[in-house]
Amino acid sequence: MSDFVYDLIGLAAGVLFILALKGLSHPRTARRGNLLGALGAGIATVVVFFHGEIENLGWILGAIAVGTIIGVPAARRVQMTQMPQLVALFNGVGGGAAALVAIVEYLNLGDKATTAVVIFTVFTVVVGCVSFSGSIVTFLKLQELMTTRPVVFPGGRFVIAATLAAVLGSSAWVVIELGTTPLLVVAGLSLAFGILFVLPVGGADVPIVISLLNAFTGLTVAASGYVLNSTLLIIAGTLVGASGTILTRMMAEAMGRSLFGTLFGAFTAKPQDTSGAVEDRPVRSGSADDVAILLNYARRVVIVPGFGLAVAQAQHTVRELADLMISKGIDVAYGIHPVAGRMPGHMNVLLAEANIPYDQLVEMEEVNPTFGQTDVAIVIGANDVVNPAAQTSPGCPIYGMPILEVSNAANVIFLKRSMRPGFAGIENELLYDPKTMLLFGDAKASLTKVVSALKAL
Amino acid sequence: MELTAIAVISIFTLSIFVGFEVVSKVSSTLHTPLMSGANAIHGVILVGAIIVCSHASTTLELSLSIAAIILATINMIGGFVVTDRMLEMFKGKKGAEK
Repeated sequence: MSDFVYDLIGLAAGVLFILALKGLSHPRTARRGNLLGALGAGIATVVVFFHGEIENLGWILGAIAVGTIIGVPAARRVQMTQMPQLVALFNGVGGGAAALVAIVEYLNLGDKATTAVVIFTVFTVVVGCVSFSGSIVTFLKLQELMTTRPVVFPGGRFVIAATLAAVLGSSAWVVIELGTTPLLVVAGLSLAFGILFVLPVGGADVPIVISLLNAFTGLTVAASGYVLNSTLLIIAGTLVGASGTILTRMMAEAMGRSLFGTLFGAFTAKPQDTSGAVEDRPVRSGSADDVAILLNYARRVVIVPGFGLAVAQAQHTVRELADLMISKGIDVAYGIHPVAGRMPGHMNVLLAEANIPYDQLVEMEEVNPTFGQTDVAIVIGANDVVNPAAQTSPGCPIYGMPILEVSNAANVIFLKRSMRPGFAGIENELLYDPKTMLLFGDAKASLTKVVSALKAL
Repeated sequence: MELTAIAVISIFTLSIFVGFEVVSKVSSTLHTPLMSGANAIHGVILVGAIIVCSHASTTLELSLSIAAIILATINMIGGFVVTDRMLEMFKGKKGAEK
């Protein structure tokens, strides 16, 4: 195949990627968009075998088979609740792959590498490694294999600044001196920087960081495209880098977070005690019967689903409860916070899985003004998204995040497993409010009890 | 063919604008699938991994590039599959609206 034809097919794949991103931006065309993207990637992968000399063909096909055997079942079997961390992991391995590609090409070129190629190689290695190790940390945080609270240690900001300086210094070393050892030093330091960079990020901000690292990986792919002289990789990588940056900004806006504050939290965060002296205060806990009675006499009920609902796999039970209330003539709506779940839009996916009618899902801006006329707000496995501290206490990690103003409802019911604070690790004042009733226990078990109590009334 | 500097800069700049433009207005409902889809697209680094593997000459180069192919394949194929699973849910929603 001639270079011209090869590049032309590469361009076609690039166009398919643009159409994919465009399609993914609208609900109706999203699925087709994703398939167009897969088609583009498939074409690009197949044609590379028909261009130039391919040695090690057996190894290449074997490695692709291994990757498929690992990737497909992981993507198929993952619980919808655990999807954000899987995306983080996929992004991380992509960054790692880009860094490895750059290292191999560097070894291969040896003295033939021009300064520009070396600079782009170093860029790919640095950003790819940061994306790899950073994504692993976000995975560990979301999987709750490590604490979800910001990890801040004394002098942390100096350690981070020093590591960053070391990364930049050793990068300059590679460009001037060349050689394999300096490049490996750069890779090691970048891996360390990726870890240090994500550790101080609090649980609620993790999705923003994943999105940012996604954009980073895109840029590394673009840079490796320059090194390998591949137009397709430059186009695809830049597209993802640019759209990922915009997406990161939109996510931060939806969560009411400043991007700058999230990124440089490491340099401003101070160790803080998140609990305060509120723990010993009394709370009002009730039984399933108490909840059922409250609901039975309500005219309007708003259900606020959170991640705890999904973890307990209670989507179907909550739907049963909603249907029962509707049959009793009660006006029912679901108040969906933009970041309910673990990521923007995650909750919509989880509820759609349980076939909850779309018109009952009300977005935050629309549901907030109606809480004044709401008799009961049921908060199921959510905490941070209804925490008034986001409006009242500057200094707390979620301050400024828009919340569902359930405290304006006449009664608030919390279904919780325990008094443990939410993902962001912040105490919720609303739990101690006199109009709040708590029903402790697994969300699914509690809801089942409420449903049978309500049926009996 | 060898790319000239100005060609690279042009491709890069225009791609940035296209990238900004295509996702400028997206409802928060689609943020997660869009991120996941974009994530799968950068799995096309698989092409780069195949290219470097195809001319790897030492054992070190070969083993590193094989690792790169495995990682890139996971990123690309896994990414598209998981995005499709997410979007399947949205289709189910349409059925419920009837």
